Amino acid sequence: MDTFALLAHGLAVAVQPMNLLFALVGVLLGTAVGVLPGIGPALTVALLLPITYKLDPGGSLIMFAGIYYGGMYGGSTTAILINTPGESASMATALEGNKMAKAGRGGPALATAAIGSFVAGTIATLGLTFLAPWLVDVAVKFGPEDYFALMCVAFITVSATFGDSPVRGLTSLFIGLALGLVGIDRLTGQARLAFGVPELLDGVEVTTLAVGLFAVGEALYVASRLHHTTETLEAVRGSLWMTKEDWKRSWKPWLRGTAFGFPIGALPAGGAEIPTFLSYSTERRLAKHPEEFGHGAIEGVAGPEAANNASAAGTLVPLLTLGLPTSATAAMMLAGFQQYGLNPGPLLFAEKPDLVWGLIASLFIANTMLLVLNLPLVGLWVRLLRIPQPWLYAGILVFATMGTIAAKPSVVELSMLVGFGVLGFLMRRFDFPIAPVIVGLILGPIAESQLRRALSISLGDPMVLLQSPISATLLAIALLALILPFAMQGLARFKADAD
Amino acid sequence: MTTLRSAARHSVTRRFSLAAFAGLAMAVSAPAQAQAPMELKIMAPAAPGGGWDQTARSMQQALVAAGLAKSVQVVNVPGAGGSVGIAQFVTGAKGDGKQLMVNGFVMVGALLANRSPVTLDHVTPIARLTEETQVIVVPANSPIKDAKDLAAAVKADVAKVTFAGGSAGGTDHIVAALFVGQAGVEAAKVNYIPFSGGGESIAAILGGKVTAGISGYGEYESQITAGKLRAIGVTAPRRVPGLNIPTLKEQGFEVVLTNWRSVMAPPGITPEQRAVLEDLVGKMVKSPAWQDILKQKGWDDAYLSGDKFKEFLTFEGYRVRGVLVAIGLVR
Repeated sequence: MDTFALLAHGLAVAVQPMNLLFALVGVLLGTAVGVLPGIGPALTVALLLPITYKLDPGGSLIMFAGIYYGGMYGGSTTAILINTPGESASMATALEGNKMAKAGRGGPALATAAIGSFVAGTIATLGLTFLAPWLVDVAVKFGPEDYFALMCVAFITVSATFGDSPVRGLTSLFIGLALGLVGIDRLTGQARLAFGVPELLDGVEVTTLAVGLFAVGEALYVASRLHHTTETLEAVRGSLWMTKEDWKRSWKPWLRGTAFGFPIGALPAGGAEIPTFLSYSTERRLAKHPEEFGHGAIEGVAGPEAANNASAAGTLVPLLTLGLPTSATAAMMLAGFQQYGLNPGPLLFAEKPDLVWGLIASLFIANTMLLVLNLPLVGLWVRLLRIPQPWLYAGILVFATMGTIAAKPSVVELSMLVGFGVLGFLMRRFDFPIAPVIVGLILGPIAESQLRRALSISLGDPMVLLQSPISATLLAIALLALILPFAMQGLARFKADAD
Repeated sequence: MTTLRSAARHSVTRRFSLAAFAGLAMAVSAPAQAQAPMELKIMAPAAPGGGWDQTARSMQQALVAAGLAKSVQVVNVPGAGGSVGIAQFVTGAKGDGKQLMVNGFVMVGALLANRSPVTLDHVTPIARLTEETQVIVVPANSPIKDAKDLAAAVKADVAKVTFAGGSAGGTDHIVAALFVGQAGVEAAKVNYIPFSGGGESIAAILGGKVTAGISGYGEYESQITAGKLRAIGVTAPRRVPGLNIPTLKEQGFEVVLTNWRSVMAPPGITPEQRAVLEDLVGKMVKSPAWQDILKQKGWDDAYLSGDKFKEFLTFEGYRVRGVLVAIGLVR
């Protein structure tokens, strides 16, 4: 088969010592920036572009791929250890990961994240190798109405899964949807809920909301409880390494996470957030011990972590075949391509096979390097938790503030961070789930513009939502997800009555 | 009040952006040269990766490579089509002859649509640098073959002809409105579907979800070369060398517009400071480093400075306002 020969050639390009070095530098840098919230991989690639100008194209693109994967992984390290997701893609990881870390199981959480990322990244890269041309044909068939239906599935599964009751989940979701309305309306250009503050015209920054709700809110909550209970954090309980049981509980979520991440990442408007949250919801539904969810279930780390890495590989499908950047980092990589006079698109595979297959092969290498780098570091990272609580949380606050300022230097942004921190504290205090707020903020505006686009194209006929087979199927799934839990409850009660 | 608040914001900004970008500045600055005159700071009023950011970073490269500046620091202030950036630039860099800001056609419309209190009249224009032609495309299997077919479709039922492009009120939207107007239909009736950037619209066009797409030529280039999209006209005033695409003008539609990018200095600088900056940019555009960058990025050299550039700005401002009022984005 032709593809194998090309891939083998690509591997030969990627394992040249210089290119290996570029991959290593990329992975290290990526992990470092992934750890700091705010400074994402996109900014790093932007800063590096002028420096790599003099390097050869293959090497620097390989480095960018390393940064991309490294960033995805670095974000999860902080999500697990200090409940501060570095990127929106690692938010789902923070939910269970941080609970595990607090229960002294930070080691296995980090390990399942690393290995899951590796497994998912490898499978997804294989998918990229063999399915890219075919996938892209499917992806362009996804119209605005289909995206809207996909968002509906995400909304319903997420708000029904998180929290103790659907009402609390929905309340959180609607807070997020309301925040999502802030800013310039994408379809008409009118400002909404901006109150004349220019910084609000672009809407609420996702990382600001996430860091505020998760990190600042958590710090406030811990501070408010400090004198009530002396919660002792055990840095390590049991093995630092994954047990046999952990492996058994992890491998299926890895595969399912990949199955969510890669195809959705490959969609031109897919992204990494939907698959991670869908994966989390699925694992929670399928888990043998659902009661562990919310207290540190390993499935809830394994699935989303696999999903976010798989979607990173998926993003490269539209980038390489259509020249379509679907994430900020992919946009920077596109700029990188153009810097060398290369135009990603249908002709890239034919015109520059060396480069494309070299890049794909280097993704394998970057993945392997991530694993080799991160597993030995697990022990070191976990020690972070031994820092006395007041110090640790003071550090987290500094960290969160710095990251926010680095991403968007303004007083308004900082005030929002504090405001969201207070909101996060209140939500924790009164037991409202936090994740749906973020899901609402990220997906709300997308769902809105896709729906309005669909209606605009169909001249206002809502039937377009049912006429597309993809959209009709997805909406049916959403409806089932909404009704099924109630139906099951009713059935159970009916049975109980009959007994 | 506004000034106070902005000033406070700026001092915070400056301190932290300095910290954040110091590493970069050190990494990219060339070895100190004795005759190199100054250390510059260029603001890109947009996020990393976009056109203005790329322009700012390209200037950084060219200025340092040509020995025209000792070091150049690029600062990103994203937000609202540049409205946030220009407000900060006007208050924070006032009278500072060592700062520049990149902007372009899109900012003209964004400032109007956002009812920004700061306008382009508040900055000191230095020079226009580059321009890119816009192109209208249809899917390869579309029955529409040229601009006349598209105009006929618009005339038959304007609501059914959907145009995909970048954000509302941007360059692509203005082209769509101008075209519909030229086809003999009220510009306000254009059925324009905004996507976040020309890239995202490609999928919708390839999938046949919309009738036509509008974007900078670069965004569609590879799809056009691969034969998946058919280009039916460019908005350049005359044929672009190397492109086998007729202009809209030669097909009888007076839709002439290029997406230009330029560089501005802060308000309140002395005529001498202005002359130094104009001279610096004038030398930069002639440098081999800059010419190389233009070739790589596929940007057209559109250098225009002095009073001619000022006139041009006034004309564009007037024209953009007219279109935005016609399509109801600006009252």
